[in-house]
Amino acid sequence: MKPDPVFEAPWHAQLFALTVHLNEAGHFEWGQWAGRFGATLKRHGLAKELNGGEDYFAAWLDTLEVYLDEIGIAAPGEVALLRDAWKAAYLGTPHGQPVRLAKS
Amino acid sequence: MRVKILAAFKRLAHFGWTSGPGWCTLFPMPHDHSDHDDPHALLPSDPALRVKALETLLVQKGLIDPAALDEIIDTYENKIGPRNGARVVVKAWTDPGFRAALLEDATAVVADLGYYGRQGEHMVAVENTDELHNMVVCTLCSCYPWPLLGIPPGWYKSDAYRARAVREPRKVLAEFGVTLPEHRAVRVWDSTAEMRYLVIPQRPEGTEGMDEEALMGLVSRDSMIGTALAGTP
Repeated sequence: MKPDPVFEAPWHAQLFALTVHLNEAGHFEWGQWAGRFGATLKRHGLAKELNGGEDYFAAWLDTLEVYLDEIGIAAPGEVALLRDAWKAAYLGTPHGQPVRLAKS
Repeated sequence: MRVKILAAFKRLAHFGWTSGPGWCTLFPMPHDHSDHDDPHALLPSDPALRVKALETLLVQKGLIDPAALDEIIDTYENKIGPRNGARVVVKAWTDPGFRAALLEDATAVVADLGYYGRQGEHMVAVENTDELHNMVVCTLCSCYPWPLLGIPPGWYKSDAYRARAVREPRKVLAEFGVTLPEHRAVRVWDSTAEMRYLVIPQRPEGTEGMDEEALMGLVSRDSMIGTALAGTP
């Protein structure tokens, strides 16, 4: 039997690595992170039972976005602009071509 | 059976990716969508785009190094996993001095084997006996001894497991196929960011002549979380 993949989707792995890297670079303590993440999981879990997969990382992402805004290294407006830029890049790139972010 | 908890753990469609050449380029990979007439590259999901946006922003600000992210992913996808924990368990089974030291100060003992680092700062080994079965959960989020077991499985992170492991451990164990004798106590350890646990399962009968590699094959990830017993030869 093939073992389960460590990460189910590439963005789960990217998000995990990003968080670990920021912690190791000294931007926040892991205990502080875990406390905030636990609180988000609890809040998200009120509406529905979380399955530990996609919704677990959705809670992780929400926590990280808020935390990075709080510590002043990524404001929501900056993130939203880049998200839209990436979206436009995907939609404007022919299938099979590498997707590049337009220089702005 | 693990069915109940695993059923809650939604299977997701996989899509190709590469951790490749950096933040500004992503090569779409073959995927299983039927819509091959799609004129543009496959649009990632909204959370995937948000993660890319965060990463791009932090690279632009010089706060992160994309190569370090790739290295972290490679480490947990390919280098660190439950075989580390299994090696520790087998050493505890076969070397009484190691076992005693492990139960006394797991963090120092496993560090001597090279298993230390992220999320391994404070580790505690708990041993299963005829009287006591140990089981590990993280009710807060998903704290887990990464250096020994790698990244936790989906079910470990699910609300179902996190809530029920403490409330009804025997029922949860039964769903994993583990039925313990009535007299055996079950102790559930709640991990935190400061303290993480490794269960030392009982060594199965009839394994006296087996070598280390063969014994390691009996020590599953789940047996070191406490939701399984060690396998039998």
